[in-house]
Amino acid sequence: MSAGAFRTATGGRIDRTHTLRFTFDGRPLQGCAGDTLASALLANGRHLVGRSFKYHRPRGIVTSGSEEPNALVTVVRDGGRTTPNLRATQVELYDGLTAISQNRWPSLTRDLGAINDKLSLMFPAGFYYKTFMGPRFLPENWAWTKVFEPAIRRAAGLGRAPTSADPDRYASRYAHCDVLVAGAGPAGLAAALAAAEAGARVIVADEQSEMGGSLLSASRGAINGVPTAQCAADALAQLAGHARVRLLPRTTVFGYFAQNMAGLAERISDHDPSPDPEGPRERLWQVRARHVVIATGAIERPLVFSNNDRPGIMLAGAALTYLNRYGVTPGQRAVIAGSHDGIYAAALDLAGVGVEVAAVLDTRADPQSAAMAAALDAGLPIRTGTCIVGSRGHLRVSEIMIGAPMADGSIRDAGRIPCDCLLMSGGWTPSVHLFSQSRGKLRFDAAAGVFLPGVSAQSETSAGACGGASGLAAVIESGAAAGRTAAQACGFGLGRARAYRVEGILEATEATGHVNAPRLPQGMAKAFVDFQNDVTSRDLELAAREGFRSIEHIKRYTTTGMATDQGKTSNMNALALVSGTLNTTVPDVGLTTFRQPYTPVTFGTLAGMARGDLFDPIRRTSIDGWAQGKGAAFEDVGTWKRAWYFPRAKEDMHAAVARECRTVRAAVGVFDASTLGKIEVVGPDAAEFLERMYVNAFKALKPGRCRYGILLNEAGFVIDDGVIARLAQDRFHVTTTTGGAASVLNMMEDYLQTEWPDLQVWLTSTTEQWAVIAVQGPRARDVIAPLVDGADVGGEALPHMSVCEAKVAGVPARLFRVSFTGELGFEINVPVGAGRSVWEAVAARVEDAGGCAYGTEAMHVLRAEKGYIIVGQETDGTVIPEDLGLGWAIGKSKADFVGRRSLVRPDMIRTDRKQLVGLLTRGRDVLLDDGAQVTSVAAPAKGTAALGHVTSSYHSSVLGKSIALALVRGGRGLMGQRLHVPMPKGAVEVEVVSPVFYDPKGEKLNG
Amino acid sequence: MASVDAAVSAGGGRDAGALVRAAAPAARFVFRGRDAAVATVASALGTPLSLEPCRASQSVGRIALWLGPDEWLLIAPRSEGGLVASVLAKALGGVPHALVDVSDRNSALIVSGPAVEDVLSAGCPLDLDQAAFPVGMCTRTLFAKAEIVLWRTAPAEFRVEVARSFLPYVEGVLAVAVRDGG
Repeated sequence: MSAGAFRTATGGRIDRTHTLRFTFDGRPLQGCAGDTLASALLANGRHLVGRSFKYHRPRGIVTSGSEEPNALVTVVRDGGRTTPNLRATQVELYDGLTAISQNRWPSLTRDLGAINDKLSLMFPAGFYYKTFMGPRFLPENWAWTKVFEPAIRRAAGLGRAPTSADPDRYASRYAHCDVLVAGAGPAGLAAALAAAEAGARVIVADEQSEMGGSLLSASRGAINGVPTAQCAADALAQLAGHARVRLLPRTTVFGYFAQNMAGLAERISDHDPSPDPEGPRERLWQVRARHVVIATGAIERPLVFSNNDRPGIMLAGAALTYLNRYGVTPGQRAVIAGSHDGIYAAALDLAGVGVEVAAVLDTRADPQSAAMAAALDAGLPIRTGTCIVGSRGHLRVSEIMIGAPMADGSIRDAGRIPCDCLLMSGGWTPSVHLFSQSRGKLRFDAAAGVFLPGVSAQSETSAGACGGASGLAAVIESGAAAGRTAAQACGFGLGRARAYRVEGILEATEATGHVNAPRLPQGMAKAFVDFQNDVTSRDLELAAREGFRSIEHIKRYTTTGMATDQGKTSNMNALALVSGTLNTTVPDVGLTTFRQPYTPVTFGTLAGMARGDLFDPIRRTSIDGWAQGKGAAFEDVGTWKRAWYFPRAKEDMHAAVARECRTVRAAVGVFDASTLGKIEVVGPDAAEFLERMYVNAFKALKPGRCRYGILLNEAGFVIDDGVIARLAQDRFHVTTTTGGAASVLNMMEDYLQTEWPDLQVWLTSTTEQWAVIAVQGPRARDVIAPLVDGADVGGEALPHMSVCEAKVAGVPARLFRVSFTGELGFEINVPVGAGRSVWEAVAARVEDAGGCAYGTEAMHVLRAEKGYIIVGQETDGTVIPEDLGLGWAIGKSKADFVGRRSLVRPDMIRTDRKQLVGLLTRGRDVLLDDGAQVTSVAAPAKGTAALGHVTSSYHSSVLGKSIALALVRGGRGLMGQRLHVPMPKGAVEVEVVSPVFYDPKGEKLNG
Repeated sequence: MASVDAAVSAGGGRDAGALVRAAAPAARFVFRGRDAAVATVASALGTPLSLEPCRASQSVGRIALWLGPDEWLLIAPRSEGGLVASVLAKALGGVPHALVDVSDRNSALIVSGPAVEDVLSAGCPLDLDQAAFPVGMCTRTLFAKAEIVLWRTAPAEFRVEVARSFLPYVEGVLAVAVRDGG
């Protein structure tokens, strides 16, 4: 035997010559190439792989696919590459794989947490809601947050997330196709072939490493005379030959979103023993499909009976897959039980490789099928009208108890059967997750006892078992038809239909099998419905008894179906149990919503490339390199990096900002204002347009002059401001705040296109065309004058708020005479490409003049000293110009402008609105907190409304005291009065003063 | 443009599926206006302006990318910038229009190679299949979190115009996409 005592001698799709070593909980084991971790463990006779979520019960492998509720493991590559909660059934084995079990201590076989199983009376349904109320003398929620929740979190739960940063990279891709096929089983492959042959662009995604689905697990049967597995290989080869088909194995369609957008998670390297360290681990695909073929198959249901969760108990279909695809037997002595013909195929195949079939139990009283007949012919011990009522065994099932349902509903004891594995089938549930995610309406098929796709909400087709098709022939036919329909929906011709002739299959008489009535446990025993969340039949009954009726409520109360497997194996059993308890029908109980993702998706996949330096664009000005060279500290302003301050030797931020401010006031400073938004407004109606947008009058503005513009929204509130220069009769250079650059342009374009399409004016963003070098201070003119060619920068030729075109340091420039410091100021606009060289020429002269570069912090202090507002700091979306003392800017004779009507609403003309004022503290060094509230008394009674709040607060080195701006109710009428600002260390008394702290007459503006 | 070279080597070293390089320096103008102005610009520039949405036109190295019903991005060799500006200004005379020099506003990258569609699809949500995005098509779109103008210049070549400050980001995402094969 190769790689495991439970490996068959031949058969399966594994490579027995290629042995892979791996460890499970430190124990070295061997598997074969082609194994999953689950199949390799089973080949070594290991069923016990984990402990359950709540009761710490020993659990084994139940399924062979992504629906696995129990076998969750942690796979460790190295420190940061530790992935918890992986389904062992989906983990591909590689040489050197290290897996550990979860939710146990100290070991899987001896787990102290298992005491929870004995204490289970403490954990009934809804125990979160019922218990853990602390004594009344303790603070609210104390007992829960300090005692119970931490304890429960330690004991319950699954694997632990790694604490180090994820070292892997994740790729992402947008893709478009005519037809997306989700699932590459028989229906999916037939659909993909039909669509591809009609000429459609097709993407086929399948969650498994090898495409083919159930075709890879069948031991018998042929399509057109070719064995099923070979048929899958042939179909894949044909698909690969189509240039417009993309095959994505190891790729889960995890979400079906609006407008036929699907989210796919592709696992690229997890299966690779030595992955390319530079390559991505996973890739997110965002696929826009014109039509989606959902071919996701069906999921087998467990039986609900006492102690139905012991290791060694697995689904019959899973056992078939392990046997026929992986060459693994589930044990030596098997009982096979259920209510679906699938049990006979499993029994026949297991018997065929020498597994002792102790019994085949059919709960149906009188089943009639070819499958059963074949099993009878083979001499298998079949008992009909027999159900399982319980199991025994510690870490592995050793015996099952059986019973015979009687006419009165009772069950007569029918003995015990020793075994080391039980293979069960409660029938099959069509996997309608993606259809439901697409917002399609499900319908309940009473005959089949399952929910099936009903009314579509998007362009999709469910094909194969997930659409209710029964038997391989019907599954393939529905797939092929869906593929043709899909191609046709995309405008392609129907083409010739392929003929599929299916032979030799043991077809089931029913597609899905009816949901079994649960065999309710006696005494303390538990019959599990939701294995992953440890929800028992008793929990569901209790919820029903306590008055819950809707499955949505029962789900949240009991947590059934809320685990990471989303109840793939449990939901139908839960519905059947609840409807039985409530004596109603399944559709009356309802169905919970299926949500994305179908299976868990890593955060890395969702984040993709957006991490580190690529998390967001990092925008730097052309002068940034100079500032970095000078050791500037930077701050983030939106996505821009802006020089914050320029510390010199041993200076901290406070000292640097203080020096920069004093230098600007005393001599001159140079500042990079390149990030300001800029919009070129051009056309014969440019002035008219700006007059309508801004509160100010612009038609009267002469070319060569500037005006401070205020922009309101429809509600009359200030949303942006900036200097607007008229360059020519039909050309304006508009500046916006750094943050408003894009939104102001959008708003203007919106008005032009929707309100005033008649205006002949056009907008162009020039934010990134111009580098802006602000030179501010009494010596600003001395600094720039020698650099300017072609313009007179004297006070008469270029007065405050004017603009001219000239060459600065040899570069064509727009030269503004403007100030945001209150000092004599210029802003030199040059094309960005020349920004650095012109800056260097200006900065050199600034230094020679005893000046310095200053950053955004000094800029903020300087403007606050002058009471100049910053939109977003002094405004918060509820502030009108009058509140800011800027009512003078409004063009009184204008017929209209955006927001004008709102400014005369009664609430806008009240005199007790919050108004911009200055605040001075008594202690000159006491700095108020930005955002602190302003109150009339030092300790207002609880519930007293504040008068306003501090909007800006700085220490002014020039004034030698701290200053603050604030919005205060009726503030302009409170000049000289004392108010209070409650702070963490007690209220601070403040005096209300004018918001202009420095040079109130504005004499410095003229140098 | 040192960072562009870095992007090339990052991609070229492992997988020659796509290459990213800087486009030649260019003069750029945004032209906006109505029919009369459009015709005037076309004849003065020597390049017809596409009236079909999202289509580029070019002649003698002068390019016009349709960006909107009244908006074109004009691109010319850097050395012709002054000439183009004066020729257009003269021709347009009294015809209402907007002509704005944005030569320094954008940078441009040329992305080419057999895997170019996959590489751009790492960040661009549009369908870049030739049937949906043929040679000569241009459009404003997104590349990851940056706005770009994308123009297909050949079956396996695109020009990406991007605002200057977004260039390092776009180069960074492209370098990763080239390395990952999209």
